[in-house]
Amino acid sequence: MTIPFSYILRNVAARRLTTALTAGGMALVVYVFATVLMLAEGLEQTLVATGQADNVVVIRRAAQTEVQSGVDRTQAGIVETLSDIAVGGNGQKLISKEPVVLINLPKRNSNKPSNVVIRGVTPSGLVLRPQVKLVEGRMFQPGTSEIIAGRSIANGFQGAGVGETLRFASRDWTVVGVFDAGRTGFDSEIWGDAEQMLQAFRRFGFSALIFKLADSERFDAVKREIESDPRLTLEAKRETQFYADQSEMLSKFISYLGTTISVIFSIGAIIGAMITMYASVASRTSEIGTLRALGFPRKAILVAFLVEALMLGLIGGVIGLVAASFMQALSISTMNFQTFAELAFTFRLTPGIVAASLGFALAMGFVGGFLPAARAARLKIVDALRAA
Amino acid sequence: MFLPLLVTRNAFRHKLRTTLTVIGIVVAITAFGLLRTIVEAWYAGANASSSARLVTRSSISLVFSLPLTYAEKIRQVDGVQSVSWANWFGGVYISERNFFPQFAVDAPSYLEMYPEFILSSEERKAFLTDRKGAIVGRKLALQYGWRVGDQIPLRGTIYSGTWTFNLRGIYDGADKGTDQSTMYFHWALLNETIKKTYPRRGDQTGVFVVRLRDPAQAAEVSAAIDAMFRNSLAETLSETEKAFQLSFVAMTEAILLAIQAVSFVVIVIIMAVMANTMAMTARERGAEYATLKVLGFSSGFVAMLIFAESIGIALLGGLVAIVFTVPLANAFAEQMGTLFPIFYVSESTVLMQAGAAVLVGIIAAVLPAWRTARIRIVDGLRAVG
Repeated sequence: MTIPFSYILRNVAARRLTTALTAGGMALVVYVFATVLMLAEGLEQTLVATGQADNVVVIRRAAQTEVQSGVDRTQAGIVETLSDIAVGGNGQKLISKEPVVLINLPKRNSNKPSNVVIRGVTPSGLVLRPQVKLVEGRMFQPGTSEIIAGRSIANGFQGAGVGETLRFASRDWTVVGVFDAGRTGFDSEIWGDAEQMLQAFRRFGFSALIFKLADSERFDAVKREIESDPRLTLEAKRETQFYADQSEMLSKFISYLGTTISVIFSIGAIIGAMITMYASVASRTSEIGTLRALGFPRKAILVAFLVEALMLGLIGGVIGLVAASFMQALSISTMNFQTFAELAFTFRLTPGIVAASLGFALAMGFVGGFLPAARAARLKIVDALRAA
Repeated sequence: MFLPLLVTRNAFRHKLRTTLTVIGIVVAITAFGLLRTIVEAWYAGANASSSARLVTRSSISLVFSLPLTYAEKIRQVDGVQSVSWANWFGGVYISERNFFPQFAVDAPSYLEMYPEFILSSEERKAFLTDRKGAIVGRKLALQYGWRVGDQIPLRGTIYSGTWTFNLRGIYDGADKGTDQSTMYFHWALLNETIKKTYPRRGDQTGVFVVRLRDPAQAAEVSAAIDAMFRNSLAETLSETEKAFQLSFVAMTEAILLAIQAVSFVVIVIIMAVMANTMAMTARERGAEYATLKVLGFSSGFVAMLIFAESIGIALLGGLVAIVFTVPLANAFAEQMGTLFPIFYVSESTVLMQAGAAVLVGIIAAVLPAWRTARIRIVDGLRAVG
């Protein structure tokens, strides 16, 4: 014999204020929990999406990032002769030799400087990144001091909008276009003509080579060829892997800190649930006695109170998730520790995060409700009836 | 004697409820302290900086280096006492997980400029005379179990190859705020090697550190330095060491703001839990408080009883939390490795924790105390818990 579900529901609804306070506390915890997971997920997705699976990034061995790397023209020439590089529509090999540097730019709203990636690209560099689309203005003219800015940079940094000029490397650069790279890392970059960049920054070599594989399966062979060539001190990575590696430290930091915070907060919420459920048991002692007298077994009482606590958790979980889902509209822009460069990313809600958050909420309800439910189930009928 | 006893007995009447509330407060105040410590660790580099030092770097960004010839020119600027220079090395020790900063510095002038790095005179001499010598902070040496005399291999990310250094000294910080997680070695060694492999990159350095004669002159001196190199191939940007450090903090401001916001959220959550407890307690004891009033105690006295109980419970939780914070912070710092070179629970954090506990106690008691003080004696006596 089980206690009807409607009885449990009515109990949850009867003490509206207490229910709201307890579920509200849990909602806050679930909100923090989900937000942190969404942030780490968004960061990873942004950087993973930045790469194309059949593109290969070649940087100097052990350099980790493009900014730290250096590839001189001789080495670039050797890599260019590889037979596995895909050929574009105009018969040119799809390889882009790019200088990548950081410059310090002030942000629009706070005037505080941050590091922005400047990339010199070539025509094939644009073909290699089909996700990049101009949304405003036009493409830069090769051979001029014209640049195009990623969407996050154009919005976030002074002088990076269309028609504005930026001054760096003793030159004024005119921003002639804004591009959207589909929420990838390129949204946080500024692009210009590769040869112009090399001259302006007085660089003699490139930072990185990016090429497309004619046959994606041949990656391992190409990697071996590049890394075993004694003339080259370079390493090759799939572009997807290259960018995924760059998110590792920051996303690890966010999820470590976030999990620590969520676990600590959840203890507070569990205690809140416990106090509420103990009070609920105490004020309903005679009711429990009556239920027992009517023939409901101890197990039914235990289950009824547990379900009530789980309901509290569920309500909190749903409210927290709904609030967290609004965060998807926000975009965070901060410095990636590994590249020292500004990176914009958004919160991403995935089915996995929804499941984890609801599971977390139910677990809080269960832990908070178990002891009070056990106390309710252990009450003696006579004592309980007399308590009124 | 009577009053504290009454408050204590009252507080522990519902042992379970009080215990739960105290645990909740302990957790919340500990979390609050931990989060404040993280925020402070972010600012630690800036707080430890001296106002008598300027940092001069390339105006484009830190990635670009400056020619060493600038050192002599900067030295001639009015108000400059001495000049040293440092270059970020970016080496990897065994694997990328073991991150710590390494700088190639002009050791004699650098050590003189940073008296907060305390090194015994033998170690100092051994470091200065060994071309491949290096010194590390105490914290870093403890983390990897290094002893003086060890060889430390680093894989260069900016300057390729494997570099092996002889550990010649372990420095201590003048106070807790000094960064003890950094490695310093000779810039001359780096320069020699660069000149061999990339001749064009030789005789360059990342930043110049400038000591001022008078800290008040920081603005004029930095303007004078930057003016000297304007329109040259390597324009400079000079700022105080603190501003230099803060510019790094500003880059990660979004994360910092989130942590700060969250640290206050946890206090709000526990305020609700505590308020709930005090409201239940006061309601149950309506009749007792009415009796006290009948006996002639004033409404203010009854309200004071509730406040004392609430603040007492909150403070008890706060004190336990303060005790817990330090080991927890240490465990967290260990997890994060050298990401936070300076990580300790400061006195101001402890004071803020205590303050937060008292605040939670006061706010939780406001409504119940106000109600109890106002209720008519007859109603209070009639009330059933």
